[in-house]
Amino acid sequence: MWNTLKRWYHQLGSPRYFYRFADAVLPWLWPLALIILAIGLVWGLAYAPVERYQGDSYRIIYLHVPASSGALMGYIAMGVAGLVCLVWRMKMAEVMLKALAPFGAVLAAVSLISGAIWGKPTWGTYWQWDARLTSMLILLFMYLGVMVLQSAIRDPRQAARAASLLALVGVINVVIVKYSVEWLNTLHQGATLNLFSESSINPAMKYPLLISMLGMWLLYAANVLMRARAEVLSRERRSGWVRKLVEGH
Amino acid sequence: MSGPWWATLRRELTLIWRSPADMVQPLFFFMVVVSLFPLGLSPKPELLALVAPGVVWVAALLAVMLSLDGLFRRDQESGALDQMLTAPVVSVLPVSAKLLAHWLLTGLPLALMAPLLGYMMQLPVPALATLTYSVLLGTPTLTVIGAIGAALTVGLNRGGILLALLILPLYVPVLVFGAGVVRAAVDGSPTQGLLAVLGALLALALSLGPLAVAMGLRISAGD
Repeated sequence: MWNTLKRWYHQLGSPRYFYRFADAVLPWLWPLALIILAIGLVWGLAYAPVERYQGDSYRIIYLHVPASSGALMGYIAMGVAGLVCLVWRMKMAEVMLKALAPFGAVLAAVSLISGAIWGKPTWGTYWQWDARLTSMLILLFMYLGVMVLQSAIRDPRQAARAASLLALVGVINVVIVKYSVEWLNTLHQGATLNLFSESSINPAMKYPLLISMLGMWLLYAANVLMRARAEVLSRERRSGWVRKLVEGH
Repeated sequence: MSGPWWATLRRELTLIWRSPADMVQPLFFFMVVVSLFPLGLSPKPELLALVAPGVVWVAALLAVMLSLDGLFRRDQESGALDQMLTAPVVSVLPVSAKLLAHWLLTGLPLALMAPLLGYMMQLPVPALATLTYSVLLGTPTLTVIGAIGAALTVGLNRGGILLALLILPLYVPVLVFGAGVVRAAVDGSPTQGLLAVLGALLALALSLGPLAVAMGLRISAGD
């Protein structure tokens, strides 16, 4: 099992193999992600029970939490890719780093906007300088920073390495920012889902939430694979297999 | 007092000392920005005292950031940077000497200037000492973090605004605790704990920062 995983990891490190893998996976990953996300959202928005205090307005959680968790995990994944990129100089890690940023930034923006819409009926205001809102805003800025730096450097390998260092520093920063603004001010409700202890959410509300989270992550994965596939093609445009691929069509 | 570290430190100090404008500009910027606020907001003492911690801190932070834009650029143009990176010493040594020199001649003067500006912003006198300590502890962190951004953008000829986009989000924790500790001092609450947090951020920046700066310089040099 371990050896299979290891071999798979090494194979995916080769752009050509990765291209074939992405090509095989994407046609069913897109519909799968969309269907799962649709099931989660429809279940949550239409069929899950009404919340006692917030009424129907709580239902935006089915968009808000998946987007927030996706944005957070995406940045951590960028940090991991950055580490791999700086330590082992793996080409595919550079590609992944670049592919992870745009959709992550979109998710951070979705999280902020849905949070603002949710904030109006529950807190009485669209925007508060609350700990979690502020951290998500800084996270969005850091996504944009990585993207801006990457687009400013012409050589793709150098751009990826520079972005890797920034993403790594950024991961440390996200943690510190979270604690510092928490000390400053907090209004946000506590975590609804908890991995290691009993969640504070009714199971009838939890399952649609988990499903829509899964759907959002798969959608993110599909987007990353698609971007990475295009990036691989552009980087390897001078190699024989790409030429053969293009001429074959 | 010889060896690569001291040699770099002496070189940097001499260089900055011989072009005093580089040293004076951040200070001047700091003063001008802070004095814009009473003109823009209102000269009411109680209002100014309320916003003073944040205003002084944001101005100090911007002054440090702007001063960092040229930190490696001149060395890169003259080729001294490549010499530094290919020299047979760990590149963290000259980098850390450079950072120290830069802080001594920009961050330290900012900290010494801060109580004056705090007083002009109507901060109560007992809080001025805390303001000085916080700027003293905070600016080296800002210098180190900003140097990472300066190292990554050194080869690009449109550094300024790009540098700001990269490093301002990284400055958030220092700003929160730096301005926070001054507010605590104004309210009369204990400040040691928050100053200790600023010290902890400084320790983190000093231990990992120079490594990241050296790595950033190597990435910009195209390895």
